[in-house]
Amino acid sequence: MSTQPIEPPVEAAALPSAPSPAAPLFAGQGLGCIRGDRVVFRGLNFACQPGDALLLLGRNGSGKSSFLRVMAALVAPAAGQLLWQGQPVQDDREAHGLRTRYLGHADAIKPVLTVAENVSFWVRLWAPETSDVEAAVHQALELFDMGRLADVPGRFLSAGQKRRVNLARLFAAPGQVWLLDEPTTALDKASIAVLEDQIAAHRARGGIVALSTHTDVVLPAARAFHMEDFSPHREGLTENDDDDSAFGWTEG
Amino acid sequence: MGRSLWTVIRRDLRLALRQGSDSLMVVTFFVLCVVLFPFGVGPESGVLERISAGILWVTALLACMLSLDRLFQQEYEDGSLDLLTLSPVPLPVLVLGKVVAHWLTTGLPILLAAPVLAVLLHMNGDGFAVLVAAMALGTPTLSLIGAVGAALVLGARRGGVLLSLLVLPLYIPVLVFGVSAVDAAVMDFGFRAQLLILGAMLLGALALCPWAAAAALRQAVD
Repeated sequence: MSTQPIEPPVEAAALPSAPSPAAPLFAGQGLGCIRGDRVVFRGLNFACQPGDALLLLGRNGSGKSSFLRVMAALVAPAAGQLLWQGQPVQDDREAHGLRTRYLGHADAIKPVLTVAENVSFWVRLWAPETSDVEAAVHQALELFDMGRLADVPGRFLSAGQKRRVNLARLFAAPGQVWLLDEPTTALDKASIAVLEDQIAAHRARGGIVALSTHTDVVLPAARAFHMEDFSPHREGLTENDDDDSAFGWTEG
Repeated sequence: MGRSLWTVIRRDLRLALRQGSDSLMVVTFFVLCVVLFPFGVGPESGVLERISAGILWVTALLACMLSLDRLFQQEYEDGSLDLLTLSPVPLPVLVLGKVVAHWLTTGLPILLAAPVLAVLLHMNGDGFAVLVAAMALGTPTLSLIGAVGAALVLGARRGGVLLSLLVLPLYIPVLVFGVSAVDAAVMDFGFRAQLLILGAMLLGALALCPWAAAAALRQAVD
């Protein structure tokens, strides 16, 4: 229950209707999401071309994580559709898994496996065609100056180191779409700079990045999404004000 | 796809070996429970011999069930399940890999311990080979059915209790035919039919359970 007014959206409001020259590579139409009994967001449209970046902004609980999970097809949208080259993503989940890398809040690091083992398992799974897994893992770890920790079991890592291992996992098996849920949490400045460099390189290769953050991350020409714009109750009303039927958004 | 299967099996085996206590606990539980029976029903060899197959199978069932919660629970808690779900490999294949690793670390040790314990229970020597064969066919089925249950209870409070309520009734067919195969062998009857049915149940579970468990996992991630 905060009385603080929410910043009015400036450029983001015009975003969904902005026409793109070609059919978008990755797009969502009229996405809605319900968690529990609460409508987290609704009527959300986005469209990405290769090299695009989306910056998700908003307060805690405004639906940034939910939006990323919907984009990753981990959560089925309650309304709307997620499209890749015009085809529904739900039709081919494996293809979506091949091109999408998701980084969530949980670190997914096994305490008894070494750093290198933790990374290489996912590289083998995500990018089966990688010819030299060990080299790819080593290279990715070196980016974050983690090479010397390659043989250390996961349980000895600090929070920041775990986050760096997670990012190394991403760089060792880069897909086309990166969905990063507050990737800068627990990272030091030097690591954030590395992350920014990698994101820039990824976009230069034609990759897409969607990133949620509370801190300042340098994302040139990123489009900002203020999640509050898609909230059914903009002023952060209480649970009692939920009335899904009043919104009348359509299914499918 | 085969390589991904192998990747998952190898990783889960490595995890199980490094946390060795888990699978050791299952076998220890199995051995201890079986050893309790002579104390409970008395040392008369006639009685023990009569019920030996039942004791071994029921205990194997319970030991297997005890280990099910670690199949997906840790993956669920540390976020690995999200990443597994979001991988280019079909989820049922990954589930199958995890089930194979689970069987290798729980079903196989139980299978190896069973004939030794059968001696302890005065089981007739004719039953040993059939006991091992029936367990070789039956315990993978237990792991497969258990995987569905373990996936279904993810995120539930008191999941362990719920899991046993879900899974134990489904274990009954394996128990019935497993015990009756051994009993038939001991009493010099034909046991081929029971083994065939156990094999059929294994094939059926192999075809259905990875898909069912994968669907349940997607539900848990959602």
